[in-house]
Amino acid sequence: MMIEALIGVTLLSAFAVMLAPDKVAGKLAAGLSLLPVAGSVWMYAQFDGSGNALFEGGSLAFETMARWITVGPYTLNWHVGIDGISMPLVVLSTILTTLAIMSAWTPIDKRESQFYALMLLMEASLLGVFTALDFFVWFVFWEFVLVPMYFLIGIWGGPRRKYAAIKFFVYTNVASLVMFIGFMALVFGLSVNTMDMPAIAQAIAAGSFDTTYGLGETGLKTVAFFAMFFGFAVKVPTVPLHTWLPDAHVQAPTPASVMLAGVLLKMGTYALLRFNFTMLPGVASDYAVFIAALAVVSVIYGAMLALAQQDLKRIVAYSSVSSMGYVILGLVAYNVYGLGGATFQMVAHGLISGLMFMCVGVIYNTAHTRMVGDLSGIADKMPVTAAVFVAAAFGYMGLPLMAGFAGELFIFLGGFTAEFAYAQLFTALAMFGIVIVAGYLLFAMQRVLFGPFDADTDYDIVPAAVHDTVPIVTLVVLVVVLGTVPDVFYDMIQDAVTPMVDAMASAVVPLFGGELL
Amino acid sequence: MTELPPLTPQFVLAGAALLVLGVDTLTPDSRSNTLLAGISAAGTLLTAGVAAWFLSAGTGDFQFVQFDGALVVDALSLFFAFVVGTVATLVVVASHDYLEDQEHVAEFYSLILLAATGMTLMASANSLVTVFISLELASIPSYVLVSYLKTDRGSVEAGLKYFLVGALSSAIMVYGISLVYASTGVMGLQPIAESFGNGVEFTGVLGLGVVMLVGGFAFKTASVPFHFWAPEAYEGAPAPISAFISSASKAAGFAVLFRVFTTAFPLEVITGTVVDWSLLFAVLAVVTMTLGNFAAATQDNVKRMLAYSSIGHAGYVLIGLAAVQSGAGAENSFVLGASMMHLLVYGFMNTGAFLFVALAEYWGVGRTFEDYNGLAERAPVACVAMTVFMFSLAGLPVGGGFLSKYVLFAGAVQSGFAWLAAVAAINSALSLFYYSRVVKAIWIEEPNGDLSLEGQPTGLYVAVLAAAVGTVALLVAFDPVAQTANHAAGVLFG
Repeated sequence: MMIEALIGVTLLSAFAVMLAPDKVAGKLAAGLSLLPVAGSVWMYAQFDGSGNALFEGGSLAFETMARWITVGPYTLNWHVGIDGISMPLVVLSTILTTLAIMSAWTPIDKRESQFYALMLLMEASLLGVFTALDFFVWFVFWEFVLVPMYFLIGIWGGPRRKYAAIKFFVYTNVASLVMFIGFMALVFGLSVNTMDMPAIAQAIAAGSFDTTYGLGETGLKTVAFFAMFFGFAVKVPTVPLHTWLPDAHVQAPTPASVMLAGVLLKMGTYALLRFNFTMLPGVASDYAVFIAALAVVSVIYGAMLALAQQDLKRIVAYSSVSSMGYVILGLVAYNVYGLGGATFQMVAHGLISGLMFMCVGVIYNTAHTRMVGDLSGIADKMPVTAAVFVAAAFGYMGLPLMAGFAGELFIFLGGFTAEFAYAQLFTALAMFGIVIVAGYLLFAMQRVLFGPFDADTDYDIVPAAVHDTVPIVTLVVLVVVLGTVPDVFYDMIQDAVTPMVDAMASAVVPLFGGELL
Repeated sequence: MTELPPLTPQFVLAGAALLVLGVDTLTPDSRSNTLLAGISAAGTLLTAGVAAWFLSAGTGDFQFVQFDGALVVDALSLFFAFVVGTVATLVVVASHDYLEDQEHVAEFYSLILLAATGMTLMASANSLVTVFISLELASIPSYVLVSYLKTDRGSVEAGLKYFLVGALSSAIMVYGISLVYASTGVMGLQPIAESFGNGVEFTGVLGLGVVMLVGGFAFKTASVPFHFWAPEAYEGAPAPISAFISSASKAAGFAVLFRVFTTAFPLEVITGTVVDWSLLFAVLAVVTMTLGNFAAATQDNVKRMLAYSSIGHAGYVLIGLAAVQSGAGAENSFVLGASMMHLLVYGFMNTGAFLFVALAEYWGVGRTFEDYNGLAERAPVACVAMTVFMFSLAGLPVGGGFLSKYVLFAGAVQSGFAWLAAVAAINSALSLFYYSRVVKAIWIEEPNGDLSLEGQPTGLYVAVLAAAVGTVALLVAFDPVAQTANHAAGVLFG
């Protein structure tokens, strides 16, 4: 019942904040959001799951299962539980929400109670996404996330917020619909009478397929894989499906950007891991070269796009495209380091990109511009923010002792030892992306933070308030902790991905004798 | 212990209609809007309650044949009696405020009740004669109700257009019935199916008759090719009546459509010899949903947008019939049941949306999207309800519309109609665009000038909020609806 309590408390907090007067809404929301933080940390301490949620022999922590709906022969269950993959993401969601709420105190100055209520509503649905284990329950939460995000962008966003909100909305909704049809075709090709994800994964592994739509097992799996891959790749996003992201990020208010980059993008990679790579590892391995190529293009092209930007927020937005490419590379490598590194990188990137957006937000709060060309030598006026910004940038570049280093190292280790064709070449190319990251981040830092002070703005640049520095300093501490002791999450992650690798070893039937090209 | 007659829902509605007229005859001089609304609401609520009670008590497990096979009471008819009863209750409660300054309120309420009687009879009709009679009983009061605001040019024009298209489609349908009778010699739905046992004769005449029957049903359900009346009628009619016709009348039209085609013209017999109506409905579904959604996306008027979206939803529901396959009982009741679930949820969310428009009309807010700008600042509670309706109609999980829509798509995929589900998915994504325009207007846009909302429309508020609560509750407590609809659809496939 712990998961229900966690989601329930978050939902109730959202309603309480919605009814609160605007003046106290921010403080109240931050205070109430500590409840889910405490809950998730307590759950982390009590975590007793082992193995992978979707595999036989996986034991879930805090699992509950109850019948929800019966439609004809199919039973939909309320089935939630946490394994080593979802636990870190649950902790990430709660902590990042609290910090994002604090970072909103300064910039959000209208309709506050609605804003904070929507943030908490989004947190509740994100927790649902990461814990649900029945497809329909998961899909309810997955789609519900769009609703608060639409309002957050649409009401509190920048000048083109209405366009960005509807673009985000329709783009991701189309993706969900394609994914849904693909997944349904897969389920109806199986002889299961439930939408339970573990049951489906195990039925697929057992290979109990009927001919559906004139497609045999391989055909159906391939079609379903790509329908789902398309659906999730939009959310990640992967080049060339990333075009909604810069609009949404740049127009969204900074706290919403933090959530978008920090947690919402992880929904895509989490779903890829849970559905495509856990349920259909054979297809993933057959098309590994294609997926790896997409990942590398995302890394390099995303970084190049970031290099070309003048707006700090756009730089960070495009760099997310680049970083999520690493995650996909780790997934396609499909060994313990690759999968574990990808999951770890989801958390690491969630913290670091959230931190970067907050830093940009803090600078924007006082300077009212985010253009690299308008700012110079901010470090003189805002020493703490500048220091944090530098730390965040180095975290992004993968400096040792930072979380980004651990994640990327695992991914590259996985990539070099992966077994698909040209894995080493792809990994080497992806590593080159780090050079570009260093390029644009160092360039931006050097222009904005250092040199003689000069700001092309009508506003006085003043040091950030205490409640603005607390979230960013907290995040830096977390990033360093995670980089120094990656075991806090990596152990349970590794425990959850090892069964996947073991299952893969027996499941793979190499296409064209193992050589695709 | 005496047992209630199986047709109790219909009797209650007809009785309430007569009671309303009787009260008005006895006290012609007093304006008893509240009393009459109370009687009507009690009658419709009782209807829905009795239908739900019968369903849960298992009355629908058997087919109660009434009047020598002319009517039948089973899970399907009770399911739709419940839908019509709930929608009519919401509409009557909302009408109480809407009619504050109008004359002839007794006629208004009794016509709603009579139309509702016709709709529940449509769901029970088991012979082509009763199909036609109940259809007319539902239609004729509706024509009058649409043109109820008789000094309003839009309302009168809407009524005339509705009547002309309705008369034309009725004529086509009667001709279709006569052709079916000519080739089979019987009127009852089961006897028609049984007459095919000795081989189908006069296939050309019969096929033409079947296709012409579709005309009558397409009119009632606002599907292509008899959808022309819908935008005008919904726009011109008093908003509660738009809600009533677009939700209850549509549901009843689908009820009779489902029964006639699955009972009288089983696909197994008809496909090879006469006409493949599954393909016919697949084409109609695609055209209806695409036309409805694309037209809705280009509207500036909220009521008109809702009218076209209502056509689009008729297209989704048609999937249930299009995906029926011969000899596939379980798959058929899955997908047809999904259509019925969608009609029930639609009864809440679409009625609610039109009643919100009624609320806006009551306040004197204009009719375009721009007129709704910033409404949330003045009426946040009603706007939360409207947001629930819009997102639920678009298929986002704030209401039961999410589940019914995705179960329907899943049903289509399961029956081998993934292409139909794909077309519906494209339409659904497009619908998100225009539904969110309303949400954008009320929440995101700044209000134009000073907007003062006057009056205390308690009834309207109660109805809108009840519809919203119902829509949200159906997301969580969807199980009874799903099971009942599946069971009711199963009755049709034996």
